[in-house]
Amino acid sequence: MLTMIKAFFLATSLLLSASLVPAEESSTINIQNQQSHTRILAASCAACHGTQGNSVGITPTLAGLDKGYFVTQMLAFKRGERSPTVMHHHAKGLTEDEIQSLAVYFAQQPRVTHIAPKTEQLKESHGH
Amino acid sequence: MATNLLSDSEIDIQRRRILQATAFGAALLTANVGMARASKPPMGRVVIIGGGYAGTTAAKYIRMWSLGNIETVVIEPSSQFVSCPLSNLVLGGSKTIHDLTFGYSMVSKHHGIQWVKDSVVSVDTNAKRVRMSRGEISYDRLIVAPGIDVNYDRTPNLANAEAQTLIPHAWKAGWQTVNLRKQLEAMPDGGVFVLTVPKAPYRCPPGPYERVCQVASYFKQHKPRSKVVVLDANPEITSKKGLFNLAFTQTYAGIVDYRPNNELVSVDIPTKTVTTEFEQIKADVLNVIPPQLAGKVAQQMGLNNIDKRWCEVDFLTYASAIDPNIHVIGDSVSAGLPKSAHMATSQARVCAAAMVALMSGEQPDPLPVFANTCYSFIDDQQAIHVANVYRYDPAKKVMISAEGGGVSTAASAQEGQYAFAWANNIWSDVLT
Ligand SMILES: Cc1cc2nc3c(=O)[nH]c(=O)nc-3n(C[C@H](O)[C@H](O)[C@H](O)COP(=O)(O)OP(=O)(O)OC[C@H]3O[C@@H](n4cnc5c(N)ncnc54)[C@H](O)[C@@H]3O)c2cc1C
Ligand code: HEC
Repeated sequence: MLTMIKAFFLATSLLLSASLVPAEESSTINIQNQQSHTRILAASCAACHGTQGNSVGITPTLAGLDKGYFVTQMLAFKRGERSPTVMHHHAKGLTEDEIQSLAVYFAQQPRVTHIAPKTEQLKESHGH
Repeated sequence: MATNLLSDSEIDIQRRRILQATAFGAALLTANVGMARASKPPMGRVVIIGGGYAGTTAAKYIRMWSLGNIETVVIEPSSQFVSCPLSNLVLGGSKTIHDLTFGYSMVSKHHGIQWVKDSVVSVDTNAKRVRMSRGEISYDRLIVAPGIDVNYDRTPNLANAEAQTLIPHAWKAGWQTVNLRKQLEAMPDGGVFVLTVPKAPYRCPPGPYERVCQVASYFKQHKPRSKVVVLDANPEITSKKGLFNLAFTQTYAGIVDYRPNNELVSVDIPTKTVTTEFEQIKADVLNVIPPQLAGKVAQQMGLNNIDKRWCEVDFLTYASAIDPNIHVIGDSVSAGLPKSAHMATSQARVCAAAMVALMSGEQPDPLPVFANTCYSFIDDQQAIHVANVYRYDPAKKVMISAEGGGVSTAASAQEGQYAFAWANNIWSDVLT
C-alpha cells in the first residue's frame, strides 16, 4: 500500500509538473516550431515505438533513453554492426545530425504508460 | 506488507492529501487552459473531413502541437474505426473484424477534439463552410481526408450493393471483409478463389498479395485441393516482389497461380466468371479489387487534378494545388508515395505541424523527413516488411525515398510479432 501511495504521489507530482509545462510553453510556440523538423520525424517512429516513444507492444520504448545509448544503437544499425529486423532500413536513411537531435528529443520524453484503445463489436449500421 | 506500517487513519490522511494534490493539479490544468484562452484567443478552427488514419491523426496532433489553441472538428459518418491493416487476417481466419474495430471516444476526449458523426455533402470554399447531411459548420482551414473511392467504370454491373454482396471488394475493412470470409468458409474443398488486382497506384501496394497469402494459408490448412488464381493488371508483383514470389511458388506451391499482365475486362455476376484480355475463368469465390481514386468529397471539390484520380499537394503543408486553403492528406494524395496507413499518419503530422505554424504566422518545416513501413503477413504468424525514410527534395518538390531502405531478408515469426506491435502502437497513437 505504501508503495502504491508513493507511486500515486509520484504520479500526482508528475501530473503537476506536466500541467506546468503547457503554461510555460504556451508563450513559446515559436521555439516549438523551430524544433518542428525533429518532432515530425520523431513522431513518424510512433507507429512502431508509440506516441512520443512510449511503446504499447514488444517494440522497445524510446522515451527517456540515454542519449549516448540511443546514438550508439542508431549508428550500429546504420553501419550494420547490430543485427536488427527492420531498424537498419530506417537508420540508414537518417543523417548523423538527425540521429543526434532524435537522441535529445527522446531523452526528454517522459516515460508514461499508454493505453491501448478497446476493441468493439462491429455494428450492423457500419457502412461499406 | 507495507500496509501494516500505516494505520487506517494515517492512510486516510494520505488519501486526503493525494486528493487535495490531485484536485490542485486539476485546478491548475483548467487554469492553464483558461489562461491560455484568456490571454490568447484560440488560433482558429480547423475542420477535418474523415476520421480514418489520416484525419484522426491530424486532429490529435493539431490539438497536441497547438497546445489546445486550435479548435479542431472531425466529421466522420461512422461511429467506429475499422482498421484495414490486419483485415486480410480476417480472410485467413486468425483475426475477426471485431479485433480491428474501435471507438473514437478516447481520442476525442483526451485531446478535446469535437467529433461530429455525419457525412460531408458539399463544401462552399468561398464562404468557408462545410455542409453535412444534418447541418453546417464554418472553418478557417479545411483538411480533406476521405480515403479512397472505388471505380467500377470498367465493370459497371458491379457498382451496386447487391452485386457487391455476391462479389465484394473488401478494400475498405468492414462487413464486406466478413462477407468474403464467409464465402471462403462456405466454399467446398477443390474450389477456385479468383482475385483481380488493379493497375497501380491503388491503396496499399502489398495488400492484394498479402490477401493471396492469407487465403492460400487458409486453403492449405483446411481446403488443400483449392486454388487461388491471381489476375494482376500489373506486369509484375508491385511490392516486395521477391518475398511474395517465394511465398507463391514455395510456401503455397500448387495453391497459388499468379498471372501478371492480365487486366480484368468484364464480369458475369451470376456465374462469377471473369474475362480478361487473354482468358475467361469461372470462380467459386470472386474478389474484384477495383481501380481507385480520391474519396468522393475530394472529387466533388475538384481536388483530384492528377489523372482525374488523385490530389496534387504541396508536400510541405499538404495544401491542395487547386486551392491553397484546403489541405489533403492520406490515400487521396497523388501517388509517388505508397498509400499506407503509416504514410497517412506521417502526412497528417506534417500537415498538423504546418497548420500550427501557418495559423501562428510561422514558417512550416522546409525539409520534412519521415519513416514509412508496411508489414505483410505471409500466414497467421510470419511477416515481411518494406521500410524507407522519405525526405523532401526542394528541387523536385516531392518526397523522395532515401538510400538505405529495403525489405526483409525472409519471412519470420519474429517480424510477425513486431508487425502486431506496429498495429498496437499505431492504433494507440491514432485512437487514444
Ligand atoms: C486489405 C488492406 C490491408 C492494408 N494493410 C495495411 C498495412 O498493413 N499497413 C499500412 O500501413 N496500410 C495498410 N493498408 C492501407 C491503409 O488502410 C490506408 O492507406 C489508410 O487507411 C489510409 O488512410 P486514410 O485516412 O487516407 O483513409 P481511411 O482510413 O479510409 O479513412 C477515410 C475516412 O473518411 C471518411 N469519409 C469519407 N468520405 C467522407 C465524407 N464525405 N464526410 C465525412 N467523412 C468521410 C470515411 O468514412 C473514412 O473513415 C491496407 C489497406 C487494405 C485495403
Ligand atoms: C517498422 C517499425 C519501426 C519503425 C518505424 C521504427 N522502429 Fe526503431 N525499432 C523497431 C524494432 C523492431 C526494433 C528492435 C530492433 C529490430 O528488430 O530492428 C527497434 C529498435 C530501435 C532502437 C534500439 C532501442 C534499444 O533499446 O536498443 C532505437 C534507438 C530505435 N529503434 C529508434 C527508432 C527511431 C528514432 C525511429 C524513427 C526514425 C524508429 N526507431 C522507427 C521498429 C521500428
